[in-house]
Amino acid sequence: MIRTCLVALLSHWRRNPIQLFAYLAGLAIATGLWSGVQAINSEARASYDAAAATLGEGQFDRLIPRQGDAIAQETFVVLRRAGWLVSPVLDVTLNDVRVIGVDPVTSPTGLGGVTPPEGTSLFTTGPDTRLFANRNSARALGDLAQVIIDDTVAPGIAIGDIGAVQRLSGRNDLSTLVLLPEQPLVQPDLASIAPDLRLQPSQQVADVAQLTDSFHLNLTAFGLLSFAVGLFIVHSTIGLAFEQRRGMIRTIRSLGVPLRVLVGLIVVEMLALAAIGAVIGILLGYLMAALLLPDVAATLRGLYGAQVSGTLTLRPEWWLSGFLLAMLGTAFALAGRIWQVASMPLLASARPRAWVMSGAARFSAQAIVACVLLSAAAVLVIVAEGLILAFALLGCLLIGGALALPVIAARALAWIERGATRPIWQWFWADTRQQLPGLSLALMALLLAVAANVGVSTMVSSFRLTFVGFLDQRLAPELFVQAETPQESAALDAFLTREGIEALPLRSTPTQIEGQSVRLFGVRVGSTYRVSWVFLAERPQVWDDVADGAAVIVNEQLARRGNLWVGDMVEVAPTVTLPIAAVVGDYGNPQGQVVMSEALFETLHPDSYPGQYGIRTDDVTALRQRIADEVGIAKNAMIHQAAIKAASLEVFERTFTVTAALNVLTLGVAGFAILMSLLTLADLRVPQLAPVWAMGVTRRRLGGLELLRALGLAGLVFVFAIPLGLALAWVLLTLVNVEAFGWQLPMFLFPLEYLRLGAYALGAVTLAAAWPALRLIRTPPAALLKVFANER
Amino acid sequence: MLEIGSVKKSYGDGAARVPVLRGVSLELGAGQTLALTGESGSGKSTLLHIAAGLEAPDSGAVRVLGQDLTAMDDSARATFRRTEIALVFQQFNLIPSLSVAANISFQAALSGRVDQPYIDRLVQALGLADHMKKYPEALSGGQQQRVAIARALAAKPKLMLADEPTGNLDEQTADAVLDQMLELVSLSDASLLVVTHSPKIAARMGRTLHLAGGQVV
Amino acid sequence: MNARLFFLLCLWPLAAMAQGFSGLGSEADAEFTNPAPDPAFNFPADHGPHPEYRIEWWYLTATLEDADGTPYGLQWTLFRTALAPGERDGWASPQIWFAHAAVTTPDTHLATERFARGGIGQAGVEAAPFRAWIDEWVLKGPDFDTLILTAQGPDFAYDMALTAQGPLVFHGQDGYSVKSAEGQASYYYSQPFFDITGTLTLPDGEVAVSGQAWLDREWSSQPLSETQTGWDWFSLSFDAGTKLMGFQLRQTDGTTFSSATWIAADGTTTPYADGAFTARPLGETQVAGRSLPTRWQVTLPERGVDVTVNAMNRDAWMDLSIHYWEGPVDITGSHTGRGYLEMTGYE
Repeated sequence: MIRTCLVALLSHWRRNPIQLFAYLAGLAIATGLWSGVQAINSEARASYDAAAATLGEGQFDRLIPRQGDAIAQETFVVLRRAGWLVSPVLDVTLNDVRVIGVDPVTSPTGLGGVTPPEGTSLFTTGPDTRLFANRNSARALGDLAQVIIDDTVAPGIAIGDIGAVQRLSGRNDLSTLVLLPEQPLVQPDLASIAPDLRLQPSQQVADVAQLTDSFHLNLTAFGLLSFAVGLFIVHSTIGLAFEQRRGMIRTIRSLGVPLRVLVGLIVVEMLALAAIGAVIGILLGYLMAALLLPDVAATLRGLYGAQVSGTLTLRPEWWLSGFLLAMLGTAFALAGRIWQVASMPLLASARPRAWVMSGAARFSAQAIVACVLLSAAAVLVIVAEGLILAFALLGCLLIGGALALPVIAARALAWIERGATRPIWQWFWADTRQQLPGLSLALMALLLAVAANVGVSTMVSSFRLTFVGFLDQRLAPELFVQAETPQESAALDAFLTREGIEALPLRSTPTQIEGQSVRLFGVRVGSTYRVSWVFLAERPQVWDDVADGAAVIVNEQLARRGNLWVGDMVEVAPTVTLPIAAVVGDYGNPQGQVVMSEALFETLHPDSYPGQYGIRTDDVTALRQRIADEVGIAKNAMIHQAAIKAASLEVFERTFTVTAALNVLTLGVAGFAILMSLLTLADLRVPQLAPVWAMGVTRRRLGGLELLRALGLAGLVFVFAIPLGLALAWVLLTLVNVEAFGWQLPMFLFPLEYLRLGAYALGAVTLAAAWPALRLIRTPPAALLKVFANER
Repeated sequence: MLEIGSVKKSYGDGAARVPVLRGVSLELGAGQTLALTGESGSGKSTLLHIAAGLEAPDSGAVRVLGQDLTAMDDSARATFRRTEIALVFQQFNLIPSLSVAANISFQAALSGRVDQPYIDRLVQALGLADHMKKYPEALSGGQQQRVAIARALAAKPKLMLADEPTGNLDEQTADAVLDQMLELVSLSDASLLVVTHSPKIAARMGRTLHLAGGQVV
Repeated sequence: MNARLFFLLCLWPLAAMAQGFSGLGSEADAEFTNPAPDPAFNFPADHGPHPEYRIEWWYLTATLEDADGTPYGLQWTLFRTALAPGERDGWASPQIWFAHAAVTTPDTHLATERFARGGIGQAGVEAAPFRAWIDEWVLKGPDFDTLILTAQGPDFAYDMALTAQGPLVFHGQDGYSVKSAEGQASYYYSQPFFDITGTLTLPDGEVAVSGQAWLDREWSSQPLSETQTGWDWFSLSFDAGTKLMGFQLRQTDGTTFSSATWIAADGTTTPYADGAFTARPLGETQVAGRSLPTRWQVTLPERGVDVTVNAMNRDAWMDLSIHYWEGPVDITGSHTGRGYLEMTGYE
């Protein structure tokens, strides 16, 4: 009995391969997008974890030099012998690999969690130069050192004994000292032992994982959205398959198969198919992640300096989560249908009802849920603080908007219908309204996809516009020169003064302000600053006050985190408190900044010297040559502004390569959902169309009307999607971004971009609707006649 | 074989309550045939459904092969229906995604007793031999009806219930169909209950009962 | 007492794994110098390090008392272990230093440790003037008889002065101390006659204390015999002015290998070979999840010694990278006095 039943159930798919394809593809796409995004995220997180384990960054306080980047080895010994328990770290770059030297004996993390193979010592007490690194880093290092492959070492990093790294890099000093968590009872003042060093508390070391959180949250949001779109497809396919099999189910039951057995078989059948779809999806997700990961890795490296492996490993956390989500989503969609089957009287009509009947009651329930969600979103806009709530707000907005769509569409159609005078159009609008429930899931999927596209393209374009403006402002000088030593700096300054070239020397030092780790800048106020800097908020005579040492400029990150704004006082040094004259936008940088006059900076930090010069010139190449010749600064310490600009833009382009790819995918998925819904509805609609045909409307005309209907509905969706997408963008820019990065992006509108998106969406729908319409045109008259010949 | 005693059945609630059967009794022994006639809405189909265990009566007894259908749970009733009863519906209720051949042997296969030579003979007799590989949608109404009858006969039931089995058939085919049904009755001592409008068919049955207003008259 | 050195060598790979740096013993053992009988010590040079030997220590324990008569114990140990024989400058040095410091009171036991690489000046020992140091911990003085001693951890510190009241004493055969029937041995001498005074800084405040200290010097290159699982080591100072150093190495078959030195009040020594000295557990205590004998019956019949040795604080567990029990003891029975007990291998 079971085998016979199963054959009958499965024969449905053989006769309806498109439905089977829709079911499997819907699941595969949902699972694929979700697990692909998760794969990228988990790969990145694994890399951060490895980095944290390797470097211990963010876990321990450090002693760092007040100026420069070297600590004499003798200072380490002096500190230890004074009772300061520190461990030396030498941090160098060789062949683009960050090579970290540590002393495993005193390091709080040993050799960064590396466990050497049997018979290998961590120490290199002889002349050898043994390092530990993953495969890629080992390849990059080449013959430079003897590298032992260890995949637990973070990407882009090689770690080894400090002695080995000193030998490799030709150095005899250290970079930083890690302060061990446990210190002895009695210690002399740090200032009396090592006045050149400064304590940098661990929490103020920018934590890579934290910085990149928002990026991953963005990805996760898109993954979830895509998953929802995919599940819409699954849901509607399951619904359709059940409707079409009502007759079969009734027949099988009347022929004596108990309900329990039948339900059990259906569950097994649908879940087995779902599992196949999910597995295909995981493979797709793997492919997608593998394709996108290099770009993601490049983005993270460029934006945050975070090293992420460019290669993908199959981790259970993402493929399992994708699989489980797919199965749960299917089970959820299935449960309602199973309940329907179980409660369906044996002798109920076998004719597919195509959801159409249940309209009114479900619509009002849906309207209520939509209202509740949208109200919740409104409340969250006012009270939401923190990333989680911001994302909850996004969820309420999107789902509420999606649920509201069919309700609003029905109202709109009823309104249009009243205005129609010709019978054919009255029928057309009434028929469209009647089809809404059947199409609503696909339309919601389209809405979400278009809204996400509108939102993301607004965000991306706003970001780009703001960022390019920011680059123009910050990179106004044509040439940037890096001075390695005070002597070099002084010589350059003398040269520029002698030649009468406008120079913008920049002194900077890390410091603590308002409990935050902040970079303090000393600038020589000149025309370039006055002309090119644009502020988010300012008071009159900003630069005059700054030049007089009577005020400072802070960046937005510091202002928002410290809850400061123009006019507030800020303690820039223990003895100096100054008002904020202006707040400046600062993008792509997580750290707070304070800008003050060169003179004031010098009195606060007398040992400092300008390490960077921005130089105005019309002839970059010639000036570069002269500085190299006359001041003796290496050419590679001089950077052409355009190069920095290009590099910075490149970083942002890459960020959005990933989001753009996801956008295209979601739109494709939505188009697919429409196609599937229309195709499956097409069969059910033959009885509805037959009377119209019989009354003299040609099949060609009917097909055209069907196409028109799809386009009309898509247009409606698009009109609805724009405000939803803009709301999405607003939340992303003003809430999520501030929470994640500490700065707010001004929102710009791009109507042409939206029109283009609308055209894409209509194009996708046209493509999706064309096939069912064509099938209708080609339906043989006999098939239409059959409607009258017998009850199906 | 089939005993129906004082069966009552109505649809709807309260004021909208419509009585369909108002205490119908009938008996059908092994090897006997019975025609049930009556106007549309006289309750013929409902009585047939109740006899098949597809619907439960409001009151009264339904016994098939000495067993009380109303006392069984859904699962037991389904099993009983699968093994002992065959139905020919007014709507043909074929499985659209199965071929004609698979449809014909479906019920027999459900209870695991496919008699292929017998099925082959049925197919020949009912003139379906050329259509075995087709799907139901490609058949005419009459052909579909014959497939449904073949499916019921192939299951070799002890009780066969048919609702207008020849409604869509020409006279010659209808005769062939009836021949096959009657042959089943005579060969396996089965019982046959046919709901029909046709006096000609009723005439070939052993007895005729006429239903009117939910009662036997 | 060179047993503890050998035991450390055995444990070292394990302890080192726990510490995150393993494979210390990878360089060939054969290059290390082994102790030989009939040693000729050369002082003060031999107070300094012997980098040709695999392991070495400067091991000081003291029994103390404050003005109220409350007893205390103190430990300060500097270990040297070599990955390869010899010394090189800078990080290339094969010498690793580590140190343990502990203070025991009747109800608490505080212990801490330090680590350092040789060759860079973070830790080391110089013979004359004598100076042993790791980080800010030091044991130093113009000579080996007059020393100051400091160490500190997150929750305690001490600052002591030591003055020797007697000569150095040599264990085994003139300082050649045999550790097993197979002949494993070390060089081993002590200064057991220190008077010690100073200040303990404890969580409850500073305490002025004075008492007796015992400094052991030992170095070797040979591991324990494979059949030896751990040792129990006693340094006992009797009220009569005599002293007894005795240890037993526990063997896998349940037997022991023992050795002892009887030290007269004037510093003259009598060595006792395997079997003369016995130590028998009388009571076990649950410490750090294991059962340890913290009461012993100790005998040396040839000297009429039959005493009960009782831990002053049973929780003197050294919960460091290398685990062992080390703490002050009280002596009752045929002789009375105070001393130190070390127990290893109770894993």
